[in-house]
Amino acid sequence: MLASSPRLRATLLRVAQSIPVVIGVVIISFLLTRALPGDPAVYFAGVAADTASIEETRVAMGLDKPLVQQFFIYVGNLLQGDLGQSLSSGRSVAADLAKRLPASLELTLSALILAIVIAVPLGVLAATRPGTWVDHLCRVVVTAGVSLPTFFTGILLIYIFYYLLGIAPSPLGRLDFIYLDPDHVTGFYLIDAALMGDWETWRGAAKQLILPASTLALFTLAPIARMTRAAMLTALSSDFIRTARAAGLTNRTVLYRYAFRNALLPVVTTLGMVFSFALGANVLVEKVFAWPGIGSYAVEALVVSDYAAVQGFVLAMALLFVALNLVIDLLYTAIDPRIGFSSK
Amino acid sequence: MTDTTSRRNFLKMGAAGASVLPFLRAMPAAAQGSDTLVVVTGATINSLDLHRSGTSRASYQVGINCYDRLLSFGTKQTPDGGFSYDYEVIEPELAESWTESEDGLTLTFKLKSNATFWDGRKVTAQDVKWSFDRAVSVGGFPTVQMKAGGLERPDQFEAVDEETFVIKLDRASKLTIPDLAVPVPYIMNSVEALANATEDDPWATEYLHTTPAGSGAYKVARWTPGEQLVYERNDDWVGGPLPALQRVVIREVPSPATRRALVERGDVQVAFDIPDKDAAELADTLDVFSTPVENCIHCLNPNFAFEPFQDSNVRKAIAYAIPYEDIFQAAAYGRGLPMWGGEEEITDIAWPRKTQYYTDIEKAKELMAASGYADGFDVPLSISLDLASWMEPTALLVQEALGEIGINVTIEKIPGANWRTAVLVEKRLPLHLENFGGWLNTPDYYFFWAYQDGHLFNSSNYRNEEIEELTNATLHMPMDDPEYAPKIMRMFEIVLDELPRIPLYQPALNVAMNGAEGYEFWFHRQLDVRPIARV
Repeated sequence: MLASSPRLRATLLRVAQSIPVVIGVVIISFLLTRALPGDPAVYFAGVAADTASIEETRVAMGLDKPLVQQFFIYVGNLLQGDLGQSLSSGRSVAADLAKRLPASLELTLSALILAIVIAVPLGVLAATRPGTWVDHLCRVVVTAGVSLPTFFTGILLIYIFYYLLGIAPSPLGRLDFIYLDPDHVTGFYLIDAALMGDWETWRGAAKQLILPASTLALFTLAPIARMTRAAMLTALSSDFIRTARAAGLTNRTVLYRYAFRNALLPVVTTLGMVFSFALGANVLVEKVFAWPGIGSYAVEALVVSDYAAVQGFVLAMALLFVALNLVIDLLYTAIDPRIGFSSK
Repeated sequence: MTDTTSRRNFLKMGAAGASVLPFLRAMPAAAQGSDTLVVVTGATINSLDLHRSGTSRASYQVGINCYDRLLSFGTKQTPDGGFSYDYEVIEPELAESWTESEDGLTLTFKLKSNATFWDGRKVTAQDVKWSFDRAVSVGGFPTVQMKAGGLERPDQFEAVDEETFVIKLDRASKLTIPDLAVPVPYIMNSVEALANATEDDPWATEYLHTTPAGSGAYKVARWTPGEQLVYERNDDWVGGPLPALQRVVIREVPSPATRRALVERGDVQVAFDIPDKDAAELADTLDVFSTPVENCIHCLNPNFAFEPFQDSNVRKAIAYAIPYEDIFQAAAYGRGLPMWGGEEEITDIAWPRKTQYYTDIEKAKELMAASGYADGFDVPLSISLDLASWMEPTALLVQEALGEIGINVTIEKIPGANWRTAVLVEKRLPLHLENFGGWLNTPDYYFFWAYQDGHLFNSSNYRNEEIEELTNATLHMPMDDPEYAPKIMRMFEIVLDELPRIPLYQPALNVAMNGAEGYEFWFHRQLDVRPIARV
């Protein structure tokens, strides 16, 4: 079966290639967290702890053992699927990630979809009508997007739409307290609520999503719009477009079948990059909107030297990016058949 | 009771039947009814068991609202019209009455006979014994706190019969009774806990971490760490007057700006522990309670391990150079109490007290000239990034002022995770800001932690033989002992002259309310939701 499906084989090969990356991430994240300044035993022993109780906490956390032994214990647990126990949240890291990663993904993906829906047509229009008002609009939006920090946009949007106008719901996280979480299937509230057929909760979750997603979309929209515009300009001025036009193809066909499809490759690459930094840039949006996502979780864990949580976060992110890169590579071949896996 | 609670379970937990409907789905108006309160806070509740190691401060509120202690403190009115707990008045919670033996070494408690745990089982002396054994045995913070009241070993506790519990002390101490009313010695359902204990975990820390088993005024209906905690009233509570609120939602909102917008709009009723700046600005429009935190002082500490600070003239020069008023306005927005410009003569035992120092740059310069460091010196001033909101403006003002008397200060910012290790454990910071506050509100208790050699909060490495002796003598002495007041006043005199800690101001705990009343300040600086009602 492997032989009959080159694409499957290539995919598996790519997955296999990522294994050393993951091993590297495990080792580096372990060493880096240990190299962090600060002593978690002192931190977690509490406000009035004396030397003896700090020592007790250290033993309880297993931090009195030599580093190599700690590493093997960590890897051993990891192989059994145990990411350890987060001290700051008091739950297992796996449970925390399962709860928080979908929250971040839901926010980031919604923002990204919103950004694509606005930025791609805007970029295409700006490229086809250079120098017109659409082009200027594109430039203004792009400049605003990159120059306004997300926490500022977030607070501004809350101030206008919640505080002054009162049309946005309370910025209280993923759901207002009057709703119950939908049953956990995917962890994406919109999907889970839809699966239950609970449209009331769906609407509640969607309403909560609008402001933070807009904030993040404004930020991610800029590189996408810019890249679309630049790639379209390059494609439109290339020889094959001139040939197509000379052959008398309709403007529409030239634009969408030939120019746009060729311009998509750099846009998809940008999308991948934007997605990865948006997931990181989430932290500030999460703080402002009380969004229980993975960014704020990681930052809090880092501040208190919560080793297990930081390692779990880094590992989850690494796996996510391995998957993301794979998806983007597959998208390349779908968009441009000239790029084959066999050539790699 | 984590977020794995299913919808059905959750309904069962509520007050059966139709009355739970308001919590569901599309009834915001009803859910915002008079028996539900929404509180926002910036801190994370990371455990429902205070005794567990790593439990955050914010989690202590579960110990307060969901569990009972034998005793509690009374309530008093504060000068600004709010309420505060009253350290002087001890009230029963689970105990009906208690007696002290003649020598003060045996305390006998009679439990309320109608007190039951949430599962309906009667609260017995055996539960009290198990809970106390646990607190002194699990180690870490609860064990330290129990020790402060002379409660150290399980053999000190005895369940005589079902309703009689006896504590035997090694020595009589005025701190024992108040220490029974702090959040730590709460009473757990030992039968339920033991049923869920394992060989590796004899104190059922894993079970109680997520599932409280108490007799307190509120049960935990839902808990999602990092998001929210929902309390549901226990209608069978006998520990005090039945709370007015049926349901209290504690929502975690990290951004102070968002918390402020929420309470200003009235969508939440309480914003707990808001920044001084917001408190100052909201005071005109909302009910803002800024209660000075008892037995807590923000200080500038010169470390005796750093040679120039061994010179008493240098320390006094600093105390006269500090721009107190500017710091109080810039760092605390005037919330709290000034700690400078008092009388030098000590006539009472109130603590914190105003020092005899005030801003006088000329005097500071004279003192520097008279010291062994007339040419000045360089010193780093360390602050914690976690506490930057007050430490950063304070440090900048101190830096500027000390520059005028020839002390060249560089500000060193230390990440939160390092701070405790550097300042309290290693005690290696030459000049730093510190904010110790004692739970038990007596001056000797403050001195025990902050001025005795080697103790955790004595980050200045201060040692004075007379202070050692006087603190040991007064720590367990009753406050009405005729020897007590003179000794305490002598202690004040010494430390305010020697200045191992230079008091700046007494900070305040700020709470903004919009549509609720009855807030009470507690020394533990957490929200006691029991006395609160909607307006």
